Order: sequence, then C-alpha cells, then structure tokens
Amino acid sequence: MAVTVSPERDVVATPVQRAFREALYAGAIALGLFVLFIGLRTDQNISNELILVRRWGLLALVVVLTAVGRFLYVAYAQPFAASLKVADVATGLLPESMATRFFRLPYFIAAIVIAFALLVLAGSLDGLLGPDLAGYARFLRALAIIYAVASVMFYFRSFIHAHFSALGVSALALYPVIVVLTLALYTGSVAGGFQGSLKWVDNFGIQILIYVMLAWGLNIVIGLAGLLDLGYVAFYAVGAYAYALLGTHFGLSFWILLPAAGCMAAFWGVMLGFPVLRLRGDYLAIVTLAFGEIIRLVLINWREVTNGSARISGIPKVSFFGLMSFNVSDPNYIAKVLNIATSSAYYKIFLYYLILGLCLLTAFVTIRLRRLPVGRAWEALREDEIACRSLGINTTTTKLTAFATGAMFGGFAGSFFAARQGFVSPESFVFLESAIVLAIVVLGGMGSLAGIAVAALVMIGGTEALRELDFLKRVFGPDFTPELYRMLLFGMAMVIVMLWKPRGFVGSREPTAFLKERKTVSGSFTKEGHG
Amino acid sequence: MQYFVQQLINGLTLGSIYGLIAIGYTMVYGIIGMINFAHGDIFMVGAFTALIVFLILGALFYSVPVVVALLIMMIVGMLLTSLYNWTIEKVAYRPLRGSFRLAPLITAIGMSIALSNFVQVTQGPRNKPIPPLVSQVYTIDGISVSLKQIIIVLVTAVLLAIFWYLVNRTALGRAQRACEQDRKMAALLGVDVDRTISITFIMGAALAAVAGTLFLMYYGVVVFSDGFVPGVKAFTAAVLGGIGSLPGAVLGGLLIGFIESMWSAYFSIDYKDVAAFSILAIVLIFLPSGILGRPEVEKV
Amino acid sequence: MNAQASADDLILQVEHLSMKFGGLVAIGDLSFQARRGEITALIGPNGAGKTTVFNCITGFYKPTEGMITLNKRDGSTYLLERLPNHEIPARANVARTFQNIRLFSGMTLLENLLVAQHNKLMKASGYTFLGLFGFPSYRQASAESIDLARHWLEKADLVDRADDPAGDLPYGAQRRLEIARAMCTGPELLCLDEPAAGLNPRESAALNELLMDIKNSTSILLIEHDMSVVMQISDHVVVLEYGRKISDGNPQSVRTDPRVIAAYLGVDDEEVETVLTEVGDEDVIEQLDTGPDAAHGPGNSASMMAGPVSDTVEHADEGERVTVSKGASKAAQVDARSASVAGKPAPVAKKAAKVSTAKAAPKKTAAKAAAAKADSASKGKQAAAKPAAGKRGGRK
Repeated sequence: MAVTVSPERDVVATPVQRAFREALYAGAIALGLFVLFIGLRTDQNISNELILVRRWGLLALVVVLTAVGRFLYVAYAQPFAASLKVADVATGLLPESMATRFFRLPYFIAAIVIAFALLVLAGSLDGLLGPDLAGYARFLRALAIIYAVASVMFYFRSFIHAHFSALGVSALALYPVIVVLTLALYTGSVAGGFQGSLKWVDNFGIQILIYVMLAWGLNIVIGLAGLLDLGYVAFYAVGAYAYALLGTHFGLSFWILLPAAGCMAAFWGVMLGFPVLRLRGDYLAIVTLAFGEIIRLVLINWREVTNGSARISGIPKVSFFGLMSFNVSDPNYIAKVLNIATSSAYYKIFLYYLILGLCLLTAFVTIRLRRLPVGRAWEALREDEIACRSLGINTTTTKLTAFATGAMFGGFAGSFFAARQGFVSPESFVFLESAIVLAIVVLGGMGSLAGIAVAALVMIGGTEALRELDFLKRVFGPDFTPELYRMLLFGMAMVIVMLWKPRGFVGSREPTAFLKERKTVSGSFTKEGHG
Repeated sequence: MQYFVQQLINGLTLGSIYGLIAIGYTMVYGIIGMINFAHGDIFMVGAFTALIVFLILGALFYSVPVVVALLIMMIVGMLLTSLYNWTIEKVAYRPLRGSFRLAPLITAIGMSIALSNFVQVTQGPRNKPIPPLVSQVYTIDGISVSLKQIIIVLVTAVLLAIFWYLVNRTALGRAQRACEQDRKMAALLGVDVDRTISITFIMGAALAAVAGTLFLMYYGVVVFSDGFVPGVKAFTAAVLGGIGSLPGAVLGGLLIGFIESMWSAYFSIDYKDVAAFSILAIVLIFLPSGILGRPEVEKV
Repeated sequence: MNAQASADDLILQVEHLSMKFGGLVAIGDLSFQARRGEITALIGPNGAGKTTVFNCITGFYKPTEGMITLNKRDGSTYLLERLPNHEIPARANVARTFQNIRLFSGMTLLENLLVAQHNKLMKASGYTFLGLFGFPSYRQASAESIDLARHWLEKADLVDRADDPAGDLPYGAQRRLEIARAMCTGPELLCLDEPAAGLNPRESAALNELLMDIKNSTSILLIEHDMSVVMQISDHVVVLEYGRKISDGNPQSVRTDPRVIAAYLGVDDEEVETVLTEVGDEDVIEQLDTGPDAAHGPGNSASMMAGPVSDTVEHADEGERVTVSKGASKAAQVDARSASVAGKPAPVAKKAAKVSTAKAAPKKTAAKAAAAKADSASKGKQAAAKPAAGKRGGRK
C-alpha cells in the first residue's frame, strides 16, 4: 500500500533521503495495518474452536516489501516519471516516451522466438523441464505472446486508433475462428480445435461480451443521461428470470422471449424511474441500490415462483432460429443437419456470435440514439437539467426513456445469460455485479463505447486470466488458489486505474453533429450529471 | 403489548449498531460529499480486529474480566480500524478530491471489494464463531432484556454524547463544520482541511469499530462478507435520516432497526430487508432529502 | 402612464402576481404588461425580485397568487402560471436565458442549438422510432434544424466556432450563444436575465445590435443592470423595488421619476459614507457597516454539523432574501417626504437626500444631519439626480 506524504515539506531533502523516510513511514503503517490480519490467522481446530496461527514471517515479508516498494517508488519511479513528463496518450497504456523504450524490435524478435520455440516444444515441456519449470515456461510463453501482440499494436497504433471500431468489430467476429484454427493446428485435429476452444470462447469471449453489453446498456443511463444507477443488476435479473420462467413453464422460444424480456426489463425501468425521478445524486444512487436488493431478496424469498436459492434449472437452449437445435437428442441437431462430428463447442460458438450480435445492436442503437433528439436531450440533461427545462424538454419522459432503454439492454443481456447458463439463481445478481458494471463504465470513460469495451476486456479478461495461473500453486504450495485473489486484485485494479485516469480510458466526447469539422470535446468540459 | 415492547428493545439494539455505522457515512458525506462505500467493510474490519484481539486475550491470559476484555477489544479495534480508514482516505480518495464526482465513488467500491477479499484471503472464508461473552438475561414483566442489549444501548448513548460534544463544542468540530460549509474558504481562514478530513475518517472508523465489536458480542460470529449488508443498511439509515445530518443518521439507524424487528415479528422475517428498503424509497418520494436533511433548493 | 393598448398588442400580462417564500414576500401584487414587438425592461436594485418574476413567468416557480397571461400571435392564450415548467417554452413559446449562464458546456455550439429544437425534431423523428431507422423525413428535418442553427450562429457571430465545446467560449460569446439557443426554440417572447452582465463595452454594443435584430420578430422581456443598454434599446421600462412596482413607462419618464431615482439609480456606499462623515454622523456609518444577516448565517440549522451540504443549498434566488421592513423602501421614503414637504417650498438638497434615503432604519441623528445640510443647499428636487441607495442598508 503506497502512502502519499505531501512532498512540499521536503524541499531540502534529497530524493533518497526522502524516500528513506517515506519507506519507514510506509513500513510502519503497513505493520499497523497487517499485524493482526497477516501476522495472525484465525483457524478452527479439531474441536471447532477458533485458534490463532502465527505468521510473523509472512508479516515481516509484507512489511519489508511495502517499505522497499515505497522507497523505490519515491526514490526512482517518481523522479523518473517526472523527468519523462508523463503525458497520457490515447492509444497505448504507456506514455509514448516510455513505450518506445519498452517496445523495440530486438525484444519483439526475441519474444516471437521464445513464443514459437515454446509452442513447438509444448508437448514435451513436461518431460524436458519437469512439471515445475514447465509451468513457468507456459507462463513465459503467454507473456511472450502478449508482448508480441502488444508490440504489433504499438507499431500500428495510429492505424488502430484511426480504424478502431472496424478493427475491433472484425477482430471480435473472427475471434472464434482464429481460436479454433489455432488450436486445430496446435492439436492437429479439427475436433481438438473445437474442444479446446470451449474455454477461450466461453470463459473469455462470452463472459467479456456479456459485460460489454451490460456496460453499454448502463452507459445510456449513467454516461449519457448522467443518472447514477447502482441497481442495474436488477434489470439483468428481470431479463434472466423472465426468460427462465417463461421458457421453462411455457416452452416459448428464445427468439420470442428475448424481446419480451427486454420489454419487461424496460417496464421495470419505468416502474423504478417513476417514483425516483425527483431524487438527485446520491439519493438516486441509494434508491436504485435498494431497488436492486429488493429484486434480489424477492427472488430469494418468493420460493413458489422463483424456486429461491435452489435456482431454476433446465432452461431451454437457444435454437438456430428454429432451423437447427443444439440438443444432441433432437432430430435437427446441428451436427446431424450439417453432418459433422458432435461437439459442445458449436453451441458456445453460436452463443458467442449471438452475444456479439446483441452487443453490436446495443452499440448501433446507442450511436443512432445519440444523433436523435432523444439522445441529445439525455446528454443535455447530464449537462444541465434546468437549461433543458427552459428549452421545453420534458425532463421526466427524457429520464424515463433513458432508464427504460438502459434497462431493456440489461434485460436482453439477462435473458442471454439465462440461456447460456442453463440455470438462474439469485446469487448471480448481487450488488457486486452492479458495481463491476458501473466500474467498467466509469473506467472506460463515460459515454465512450470503445473505452468501455476496452475496460471490460481489461478488467474481466484480466480477472479471468488469473484463473489460468495454476503454476503459482507450485510456488506457494497446493493450498494457494489464485482465484481467491481474483476479486482482491480486481478491487485494487479499480482503485489504481481510477487514480491513474480519473476520467476513464477515453475521457473525451464525440460530438453528434458538426458544421465544418468533427472535433472531439475534451473531457474537462463535459459534466457528469447530478441525477 | 409485551411482545411489542420486546420487539422495541430488539429494534433499539439493532438500530444502535446501524446508527453508529451510519454516522461514519453521514460525516464523510457531509464533509467531502462522497459515499464512502468502503465504510461497511471498515465496520467488518473492526469486528474482525475485535475477534482477533479477543483470541489474543484468551491465549495470553487465563481469564480476563468481560468488561476489560470488551474495553480492550474496542480500543484496539478503534485504533486499527482508524488506521485502515485513514490509509484508505490518503491512498484512494485524497488524490481524487475535486476531480470527477464518480471517480472517488469507484475507488470506494474498489476499496470495499479489496478490503473484504483481503480479509477473506488472510483470515479464511469461513464463519468465525466465538463463545458468548455476556449471557445474562433479565426478565421484567415477561420482557427479557439481555445484558448484551443493555451494553449496546449504553455504549452507543455514551459514544454519541462524546461525539456530540466533539462536533459541537470543540475547535475540531468547528473546523469540521467549516469544511463542510465551504472547504476553500475554510482553508483560506487557516483550517487545515486535509487534517480535518483525515480526522473525520478516523472518527467514522472509530465508531464503526465500536459497532463492529458490539456486533461481534451480540451475534457471536463474524465473516468476511459481513461488511456489505450492515453497511448498506447503515447507508440506508443515513439517507433515510437525511444524509449529512448526524442526528438524522442516528434517527435513521433506529428507524431501520425498528422496521426490521417489527417486520420480522409481525409479518415475515424473509422480507424484513425488503421492508426496510421499501420504506426508504417511500420516505424519499415524499421527503426527497430524508427526514432531517435540508431540502435541496434548486437554484435557477 | 401608457395609453391603453388593445389586447392584440399585448403579448404578456402580469396581474396581481405575488410570490412568497415562507414568510418572505419576494413579489407583492405586481402587475405589468409587455407589448408585442417591443423590448420591455425590468429593472430594479439588487434583491428587487426581478429574477423571481422571470422564474414565475417561465414556470420555474409557481406563483403564490396572480395571473400571467400570454397572447400568442395566432390568437391563442396561455395562462403561464398553470402550465408545467417545460411546456412554457414548448407550447407558449416563451424562451429564457439565465443570469448565471447555463450552457451545455460539454456539447458543441451546434449541438446546443440542436438541443433547443428538441420538440420539433422529436416530432419529426416520429418520437425516435422513425429516426432510429433513418427515415428520410427525419433527415430532412435534421438538415433544416442545422440550417436554423447556422442562421442563429451567424446572427450571434459564432459560426466560426460552431464545432467547439460551449464551455470553451469566452464569457461574452457564451452570453450570445445562450440567446441564440433560446431563439432556436422559436419563441414569441424572449426573456433575458441580465444579458449584458460582465460584458465589455464592445460586446455590449454587439449585444444591443443582436437584440434590436431579434426585436423585429420576437418580443423581448429584459432584466438589466446596465442602464446604457436599458435606455438605448428598451421601449418600455418597469421598475421594481422590494417586489413591488414603483414605476412603469417609457425610458424617459422612468428616468426622471423621483421614486426610481431614489430607489435605483444609487450612488456608491463610499459616497454615502463621505457625506455622512462630512456631517459627522458616526453612528450611521457604523450602522451601515455592521449587521450581518442574522437569519442567513450559520447556526440556525437542524443539523449538528450545521451548514449546507452542497452548493445547491444556496439562496435560491436573490428575491428570496428580501424582507420588507418598514422604512427600507427608498421609493416609499421619497413618497413620504414629498408628501411632507409638499407644502413648503424648501428645496431638498442633493446631499441631504442622499443621506436620508441611504438610511435603512430610520434614526433621528440622520434626519438631523439631513436637516442641517438641507439649509445650505439650494437646488430643487429635480436636481437630486443621484440620491443614495446604500446597498448594504437595503439588505437589512
């Protein structure tokens, strides 16, 4: 934990002296913070009584690391950053001057070579290096690949920046194909390619895209209309349960229920919006939060309908527009129709394209709406509600349409989620989900679709990637589960990114109309709304 | 009638704990206008600190008088929890002061996630039960009042009195009120704004730590995720009472406590939280600034 | 004062308008009229309730009593006090600007003007649904709205900056943009709240030109402190003091009205003090200098941590603070005095008038001083062109 001590008081001290002092402070504070929580651990003994386990060694390590980290930061990193005049660049995560040092051709070649060599040797790594080192080697390979991709992106940054949307959409569209082809080449068989793609398409692709869709939906409410909604997950839940209940009880198809779920969520959006329209700022925040909790508690407790925490399962799969199904037993099962080998990957890939389509629909509607009077009115509402009223804009209906539109996309995402999972349970709709979606919207830069998509990729992809770090078990012992640290790191990443870019990745705003030339509006002019 | 009084007492106990936490929300909101989402988890850290101190005391001494044990738990809890809140303010909120309004909200949510998961990682995800500290129960007229409840209400009352004195009668309180009104002007008049804000966080955390200790004593169990529900309830209480107003926070806490105990007694225990949240929504529809909050005047 | 105008001529009739905030009377029984095609100026000292009148006309406040009638060109009539806030611009075609400029600062100038055409575009876009699918009728309307925006940007001399964010404009340009934005709603009556405040003389002249241009198509109701603007461009002036009308007429007649002179065209406090020092009345000076506003200071709050939570809890409007205490109104004093001196030919001296009117609370010493000075003076009432209106005194 870094602690900032105001630098003004140390005009005389050299950076190293200052760093030394701050390191001592940081160490002392870390000691205070962690002495009980890391130094001791409460555990249950055989007779189920709590006992304390001492971990002084770990405590000492953490305290020393904190002090050293602080020392290095104050003594070297701060002056270094100051000397570089770190200015943000829109494309990269690193400042330009630093990035040119970091991404160099020799490194790039080295990374390619390492990645390639380790890919070729993949099968025999365990035999060559033993299981421990093989784990590291795989990690190194992943790093090398990431570095190589990042270098390529860096070299083509201006091109990428100019054609971000087109490139992004085509990359997303090609993603499953690339994954299947790569893995097919890697394993040497098409079936292997499909089988291996499950994780990549489902855990990464679909998972991230669900969050992208939710965040884009919430973006309408928060980013455009400036209404702080902390209970967005409620609409997600409404959509999911609408599909789950109607689908299991009446056997209706996904394609009918998708719009129905959206409408229902929009209806709930209006229901929520109506009473709370007069509320502003943080009052609105708490009521929306309360609304989210109410929905969740009702889902838990209304057991006759929702089955409570016991979840609703057996939700029908989505069919390929009724033409082909993804149930192996059906006569029109896709593999039978197309005469290919049976695999569960088809359904996942289909779902991937389905959620991609839904995301693109959200993006399309958002972009269109922004150029329509209603979208402009949302943004104007965010900027100044009183001025809106003086121009004859009905702020009540404007707010309600924002709530309803945002909720509708949440409902779409919810029914997709139910279809993908095959079951729904109230645990999926806790406040944490709202918080994550909100964080993605703000981290991405309110109102910016591209920024939000990048934020979802970084935050959700990053935490999903932590599941992959199994080799760490070898380092820290078999009890170590990197997944446990997932949310800890997620929380810390939220803080760090926000401190680094308080306006999110993309702080600027694209105007919706122009006379002569389209100029981006700097984030310092846009307001964030009071509602 | 007896049943009703009994529920009233239960509600008062619960409400005291909510009130103590709610003060932390309302003070921070009053002074820097942000929702300190991590406050619920600060409360949880307080409860955990008390738990660990209790275990240390049990390990070091053969027997410690309950009053002394409670006192030590509270004091150590207050110190360490304050340190947490102080650090969080310095690291996560101060650099963002005066920037974008949602940025500190996001760091607060991030801190809340990080804190509860930190405790989960370091202390394990299971429930942590302790043997009952105080178990006397007095029965008057068929109404049973446990000593635990008496302690909770008494401690809350004493703390509120001290707190009221601090805010209304000392230079520190004056500085806080000045910062609340106009931070820039207060700074111009020589109030150390940073320090005042830090102290506000420390005070809020200290009260939350006491609430945590009392919570641990009352329920005898704590778990890493315990910060969220009491945190949200206390926040609800603060808003219900009118955020920014200290008597409002206490009043809101008591109201939420009463609603919960009455609802579970007379209607359904499953829906007690739904009742609390619905009443919040209803109250805010008619009093958009809470019960004791100042009505916001729209400046045209 | 004015010749009775026929109903067609009147665009706005305010009758017996009262606005109370709790016990405070911000406007008391105010009646006036604005004629079509004219610029009507609403003037008065700080705290006279001008902005409150505006807020009542444009629906931001619901008046306690009274009737506000708007006659549109097509003969339809609206009772503004009954219309919801946003329908006043939408249906009655009354647009306004704000004293503290309210632009959509993160949107470009063009977008600001397009937002102003919301209702028209909303219809054209088939309440969003047609527009979502890109129907040609919407495209047509959209192009027209851009043309209208361009027209007003040209008029306001802002067309070069059309694609810049509104928050990036200098102050004077923001004022013009706000007027242009209001004009884009297609108003019949334009209410301008201190459009010349903070403008330099050149910008002020440009503004006058813009207003004269607008006047050809739209009637204007104007609050203004800058007398040069008022006298140059307005056709009709209504003077308020403490929420009551003290004068009404063309600029020339208002300018010479002693009540207006006493109430409004004041001299600086320093000048008052000089006079008071000259006459040696330390008591009065002290009284003028001290006396914080007890009712609005900290300490009377419900909260333990007293004070507003946010900046929105400021004084809602200048009118809100006004308490009409006995003897506070300078105009009333002029009336009273002119009644008392009516019999005598003894002229009221320039400086004496200053002193006696400057005083908020009647006090004998001041009256004495006034009497003492009055002897040495020789000019008539007309010469009392600059009687004092001590701002601080008036605020009590």
